[in-house]
Amino acid sequence: MSSESEPPPALRLENVSHTFTAGGRALRALEDISTRSARGAVTGVIGPDGAGKTTLLRLVAGLLRLQRGRLEVFGVDVARDPDGVRRRIGYMPQRFGLYEDLTVRENLDLYGKLQNVAPAERDARDRELLHMTGLGPFMNRLAGRLSGGMKQKLGLACTLVRVPMLLLLDEPTVGVDPVSRRELWEILAHLVHAERLTVILSTAYLDEAERCQRVLLLHQGRLVGAADPASFTAAAYGRSFHVSVSGLGKRQLQERIARVPGVIDATIQGAFVRVVTESGVQLTSVALPPKSGPLHILSVPPRFEDSFVTLLKSIRASSGSRPPVQPRGGAERAMRSAGATTARATRASGQDAVIIAEELTRRFGNFVAVDGVSFTVRRGEIFGLLGANGAGKSTTFRMLCGLLPASAGTLRVAGFDLRRAAASARGRIGYMAQKFSLYGDLSVLENLRFFASAYRLEGPRRRARISWAIEEFELAPRAQDVSRELPLGFKQRLGLACALMHEPDILFLDEPTSGIDPLARREFWWRINALAESGVTVLVTTHFMEEAEYCDRLAILAQGRVLARGDPESIKDRARSAARPEPTLEDAFIALLQAVPQPSAA
Amino acid sequence: MSASLERLAGLLRKEALQIMRDPSALAIAFLLPAMLLVLFGYGVTLDPHNVPLAVVVERPDALTESFVAQLRGTSYFTPESFLSIQAADRALHSRQVSGIVWLRENFTRRVLSSGGAPIGVFVNGVDANTARLIEGYLQQVWAKWLVARGRSLGSARGLPIEVEPRVRFNPAVSSRDYLVPGLIALVMTLTGALLTSLVIAREWERGTLEALMATRATIQEILLAKLVPNFVLGMGGMLATLVLAVTLFGVPFRGSLLVLTGASALFLLAALGMGLLISSVARNQFVAGQIAVIATFLPAFILSGFVFDIGSMPWGIRLLTHIVAARYFVAILQSEFLAGNLWSVIAPNAVALCVMAVVFLGAARLRARKRLD
Repeated sequence: MSSESEPPPALRLENVSHTFTAGGRALRALEDISTRSARGAVTGVIGPDGAGKTTLLRLVAGLLRLQRGRLEVFGVDVARDPDGVRRRIGYMPQRFGLYEDLTVRENLDLYGKLQNVAPAERDARDRELLHMTGLGPFMNRLAGRLSGGMKQKLGLACTLVRVPMLLLLDEPTVGVDPVSRRELWEILAHLVHAERLTVILSTAYLDEAERCQRVLLLHQGRLVGAADPASFTAAAYGRSFHVSVSGLGKRQLQERIARVPGVIDATIQGAFVRVVTESGVQLTSVALPPKSGPLHILSVPPRFEDSFVTLLKSIRASSGSRPPVQPRGGAERAMRSAGATTARATRASGQDAVIIAEELTRRFGNFVAVDGVSFTVRRGEIFGLLGANGAGKSTTFRMLCGLLPASAGTLRVAGFDLRRAAASARGRIGYMAQKFSLYGDLSVLENLRFFASAYRLEGPRRRARISWAIEEFELAPRAQDVSRELPLGFKQRLGLACALMHEPDILFLDEPTSGIDPLARREFWWRINALAESGVTVLVTTHFMEEAEYCDRLAILAQGRVLARGDPESIKDRARSAARPEPTLEDAFIALLQAVPQPSAA
Repeated sequence: MSASLERLAGLLRKEALQIMRDPSALAIAFLLPAMLLVLFGYGVTLDPHNVPLAVVVERPDALTESFVAQLRGTSYFTPESFLSIQAADRALHSRQVSGIVWLRENFTRRVLSSGGAPIGVFVNGVDANTARLIEGYLQQVWAKWLVARGRSLGSARGLPIEVEPRVRFNPAVSSRDYLVPGLIALVMTLTGALLTSLVIAREWERGTLEALMATRATIQEILLAKLVPNFVLGMGGMLATLVLAVTLFGVPFRGSLLVLTGASALFLLAALGMGLLISSVARNQFVAGQIAVIATFLPAFILSGFVFDIGSMPWGIRLLTHIVAARYFVAILQSEFLAGNLWSVIAPNAVALCVMAVVFLGAARLRARKRLD
């Protein structure tokens, strides 16, 4: 046990490593992690998919055998006394661990019995939990019929039926609408404050780091940072800027800034380019075209993500791997050479609409998944559909791809009415599905060949497109590798290459960067920007606010309806007030959601 | 202990609610057995019925006519006359008929003189099972005809007719009577192994098992909570099959309900053990379903003696049948339904079932951990 004088910390890890073996191959999920977490605080485990977050939480909960190292929860060794640890924790797995065919009350009852909460206490506790989560009116509803946000709260309530010493939450906020996310954080803050609860939660949303008292940054199984987020963010102080230039598009500006030596990060945020530099770097050396105005540089407070990206880049540099690619108009060049010049010409001549949705509606029985959604997307535009899980994004998307007929409304894609000519329209569309939808058993090259055949490319064109894909997406080093075993960012590049094989005019991206690390996300958006510049119309669904910032225009969806439409800045304007002069897109989203009447219990 | 009981009660209540609300569980437990029963009760029969048969009579007379009439008189065959053996042969090739009966020109003379067996029989051997059935039933018809001829001709002629009816294919008893009892073994395999492993795999998929494991519930409680409801479902399925078999299909039941219930319980425990064991390996419903079908359902179908006689299998396969729990259960079932309480059959098979139940449940318990790896 630990030292006698002070109580043991809530969590103590010493040289914890974990390896999975699958198909004869060993995969290091965690490597030599040592850290401790104080009592009565929220610790965030932060990192992209595959960083080892879930493995870490499962080890703490005693759900995986501790292979190496030492792990203690309130001084109890998890390897020696896993039941002792389980008595002290509440654990919510990913997707909340709810029985969807049981009602809210039945779920609470079950977990109450499993945790041996005395019946007398249970009533009082249930009332408290229901009050806290606002689930009271939904007691007799099946858990499967709840919205994502309500499921999340029910999952939380089930882990709290007996007050644990340590609450473990695995990605509690993924895919949940921003209001529910914010409410969860308020509940957690209350619990930590009122019940002296210790919380460890994992998340892929970097902006949530700032709400934790302490963050553990995981990257490829290693602990690359452990600190309180404020001090972590402070390291980037004075190096974050919003830059804009009149007379120059934000994407061109971003491309130019990224070339300046000493610039660590340049991302599009609304009307600005957000820049993070090394200390002492001047942005005045940005090469600007003759006719544009002067640079407007505004120093802004750093975000957690700025520091994280800085850290990741330094890790990449020190590990000797190649710096992240920034395809400087490479995709643009290739698309143009393949005949996209005409697209650019038309784009310059007129703002013609490529996708028109009018009063689009889709019902499944009594349930209206998409309810009168209208929007138009112009050529060469990046248009985003932003919303939580269940908001109707995927259904809208499937209708746009011609995979699902609309119940009502009109839908024209690339000039084709999707009710009559779905197949013709599909020939003009490139589609990249959520998650990895390529053939995992095929190699990179075989996947490319397959998609070339699927799009009926033949002869020299087929060869040209495959070699274009390999060069453009830098697939050559692993062309023979089985694609299932590729890292997430690489898979995603391959997915994009396959979607672009037939040089589509329109690109549909369904949650393209969810779960990948911020560097890979930036790389991905470089490519998307270049494509849009060359005249390709891009439609993207996302529940990541930061991803929405990349869009020219977007529509915010909730419960199948469009809450707002417009460019990111004008949507933010709706939440702008004296108290909040610089609202984020999330602030705006929340303000919009709160203006909508909430669903009743009926 | 009371804390443990409370947790178990919570889990059992949850399982009961889920079963009642999940149409797929009820379908596997009751609809699928009912379908199988109807299929086997009506569709699959091993008795030949209205089998098309070509009859070639080279020199028709009263005697040949009476034989053909005998053929026509059974419900087994629908004879059709052909003028030449060549034409009949073509019909056999094109599958118009399943067999040929050839009465040569010397038929009448030879029957009257020696009482030998001068008919030619050709059977389409593609379906070996049917071929042997046709052969057997033809022999039966032939024997009956000989007896009838003998009587009408009178023993005054001193015709040396000796009939040896070789009962090879259950001529008196309909095949339904031994197929339907065997179905009980299939039904229980479905609920015991398939349903159990599917239900647990679903909990893996949805992440609920992970949540359960992080609570105070012990692994015994979690396993028990899966065993009990599926045991009840399985016994219910058995009872439903029994009632349907006896009432709807008129299958005789000659044994005792107590023995049947006891043997069923033993077999069901073995099947549940298999189901739990499968779910410790398979964590998604697709894999669980496949393993359950291949490792339990198909063996129960093919290697249990339910349809195919174990005695006529090659020795390697015969050896393999000994690790199929359904084999022992089917033996008990057939004895209970067709013969009654034959203790010489029931006792050893019940002991074998006992051993298998202990082995599978024990292995499932040993493999189960309150952990994900």
